[in-house]
Amino acid sequence: MHIVVCIKQVPDSAQIRVHPVTNTIMRQGVPTIINPYDLFALEEALKVRDYHGGEVTVLTMGPPMAEDALRKALTYGADRAVLLTDRHFAGSDTLATSFALSQAIAQIGNSFGTPDIVFTGKQTIDGDTAQVGPGIAKRLNLVQLTYVAKIASIELSARTITVERRSEGGTQVLKSELPCLITMLEGTASIRRGSLEDALRAARSEIVKWNAAEAGIEDITKCGLRGSPTVVKRVFAPTPRAEKAAQIDTTEKTVRDVADELVTSIFTHQPALEHELSSTGSA
Amino acid sequence: MGTQKSKASPPAGGRADTKKKLPEHFRDYRHVWVFMELERGQVHPVSFELLGEGRRLADQLGAQLAGVILGPPGDSTQHAVAEAFAYDADLVYLVEKPLLTDYRNEPFTKALTDLVNKYKPEILLLGATTLGRDLAGSVATTLLTGLTADCTGLDVDADGSLAATRPTFGGSLLCTIYTLNCRPQMATVRPRVMRMPQRSNKPIGRVIRHNLRMWEDEIVTKVVDFLSDGQSENANLAYADVVVAGGLGLGAAENLQLLKNLAHTIGGDYGCSRPLVQKGWLAADRQIGQTGKTIRPRLYIAAGISGAVQHRVGVEGADLIVAINTDPNAPIFDFANVGVVADAISFLPALTEVFIKRLAPRNHMRLVN
Ligand SMILES: Cc1cc2nc3c(=O)[nH]c(=O)nc-3n(C[C@H](O)[C@H](O)[C@H](O)COP(=O)(O)OP(=O)(O)OC[C@H]3O[C@@H](n4cnc5c(N)ncnc54)[C@H](O)[C@@H]3O)c2cc1C
Ligand SMILES: Cc1cc2nc3c(=O)[nH]c(=O)nc-3n(C[C@H](O)[C@H](O)[C@H](O)COP(=O)(O)OP(=O)(O)OC[C@H]3O[C@@H](n4cnc5c(N)ncnc54)[C@H](O)[C@@H]3O)c2cc1C
Repeated sequence: MHIVVCIKQVPDSAQIRVHPVTNTIMRQGVPTIINPYDLFALEEALKVRDYHGGEVTVLTMGPPMAEDALRKALTYGADRAVLLTDRHFAGSDTLATSFALSQAIAQIGNSFGTPDIVFTGKQTIDGDTAQVGPGIAKRLNLVQLTYVAKIASIELSARTITVERRSEGGTQVLKSELPCLITMLEGTASIRRGSLEDALRAARSEIVKWNAAEAGIEDITKCGLRGSPTVVKRVFAPTPRAEKAAQIDTTEKTVRDVADELVTSIFTHQPALEHELSSTGSA
Repeated sequence: MGTQKSKASPPAGGRADTKKKLPEHFRDYRHVWVFMELERGQVHPVSFELLGEGRRLADQLGAQLAGVILGPPGDSTQHAVAEAFAYDADLVYLVEKPLLTDYRNEPFTKALTDLVNKYKPEILLLGATTLGRDLAGSVATTLLTGLTADCTGLDVDADGSLAATRPTFGGSLLCTIYTLNCRPQMATVRPRVMRMPQRSNKPIGRVIRHNLRMWEDEIVTKVVDFLSDGQSENANLAYADVVVAGGLGLGAAENLQLLKNLAHTIGGDYGCSRPLVQKGWLAADRQIGQTGKTIRPRLYIAAGISGAVQHRVGVEGADLIVAINTDPNAPIFDFANVGVVADAISFLPALTEVFIKRLAPRNHMRLVN
């Protein structure tokens, strides 16, 4: 079977700082990583491939340096990598991103065989919308299975798939058909380490690079800023709270006295709570 | 693999900065809609929060507020209709069909896009739940319109456009997003980000029914089973009135018991910062913050939590924030209301005891009376 995994290169947000004066993101020198959620999708794809046979193609849309993310994915064991890169993609919102990615997936289908499953992560850690997966599914007319916690079974001959999907208040067990798009939940299996063999292959591999035309995109107005209905108009810092916390003085007091003062303070701020807590609490 | 049939494509070029008068064909799009999330008979409370916001936006626009309800024929769907009016909707769009019993993407996407294409709302709001995000992404792509995710603020600006504000980069910045040249303007909002409005006794008003032309054998995905979390103790963190949470400052997994004792004493729920989930001390649905739950309790007590921005964005809606931390310079004191510089390990038991003392006599008195 053929599986496509969409991965995004994102700034390592643990290391992002905001410029205190200009309120801009200081990206300089911030290392990039594969969106952590996408690694769960990649691992699941590799497991399905190992079990059922076939190939895993990883796909990213991004600047030329996004090649690093693809090479990393190859070291984990992906078989092929496609980089979709074109200045026309700059400024894409999720509608334009899912358009470009869906066109590229169709082209991957033409070139390397129609995918049976397309995987995405649950969401990214930068844009953080969780909209690209559903967007790709709709555009490619694939069945959409989001927040999948587990792939219970795949029957290749019958072209059916059964998954456990996280939903509000429980887990849905869904039976559906291939081809489909799966957005994988976090906390499933962690990404494998990848073999030495894979690492060597990754270093040598040729990465497929497509611009818009090569990906089969004819209507460039559906891409990038022009193809994006949403526009970020304003970026600003949240208003800081005017005052700092009122500190309970702890000098020369027993823990018990401090706790007593805190409870008094809580009930002064929230008088209604005193009554309500005493009626609901199990004290 | 087909591409979408494209609608009238937006005027090319220079679309971003100058906002001109609304194009003629936009005028057909009016009113504010809230998708009411109904799963297994229950209306998700986020739907009421959105009706509250929707009311405000509709009033600013001089438009009407509609609830959209998709569900199986029967009492629970009818109850949802009544609730929409009780939360101040002016009208309800209703699709009732047995195949809408369990949420599935295909029939829900078709029902909602059909309604939008027929009745043309200007603004469409959904909860940023697993259901809402699954549905909103499909619907926006089908309609080829913009969708702003996880908003924390919604407003109508001078020319009537929806200004949707959302946190970016983990909450260190906010950005305001517009949907230009496309209608409806769509946005999702997380549970508990908006205030719960007052419920009234407004009677049921106008209900517009739509007949969904779709049959079970056209739907590829079948629900084989539903494994309920049941009375899982986790269900209510987002909606708890009192939440006690711990962070790395608790030092060891055993000390979580101190937290649970306090929560139990005051009838609250407990949660944690992200590292505790990563360490496996607590389950993922106990995590509070940007990548966890947003809470809006009346009282939030944070023990041994530094107050990183990703945590802060999940708790800022609390009425009263109390922080317990050994470090007087911990960032959490910048947004807490009341602070105690203390060792949580010794302070939590003392606090629990004081609560027991202070609350117990009243219980007793009530019993006597
Ligand atoms: C601060 C900020 C706020 C934004 N808000 C919005 C908004 O509200 N609405 C909107 O439409 N756009 C928004 N955008 C634009 C959006 O982030 C981009 O369109 C981005 O390219 C994709 O969205 P995402 O990062 O949210 O991905 P998500 O939808 O969260 O990603 C889900 C999955 O899709 C796959 N994927 C996503 N991007 C790529 C890629 N480039 N290559 C390969 N696979 C990919 C990955 O598997 C990923 O796990 C925002 C951007 C920023 C910087
Ligand atoms: C993409 C991304 C998403 C994230 N999402 C979330 C999220 O949803 N929720 C979240 O919480 N975090 C999130 N984080 C992590 C966040 O950045 C912080 O790392 C995290 O909140 C810190 O947890 P903490 O406060 O428990 O630990 P620390 O920052 O280590 O703080 C521990 C605190 O305990 C105090 N302390 C130590 N000993 C004691 C004692 N005996 N008694 C009292 N106090 C003591 C210390 O002074 C310190 O302030 C996210 C990070 C990233 C990069």
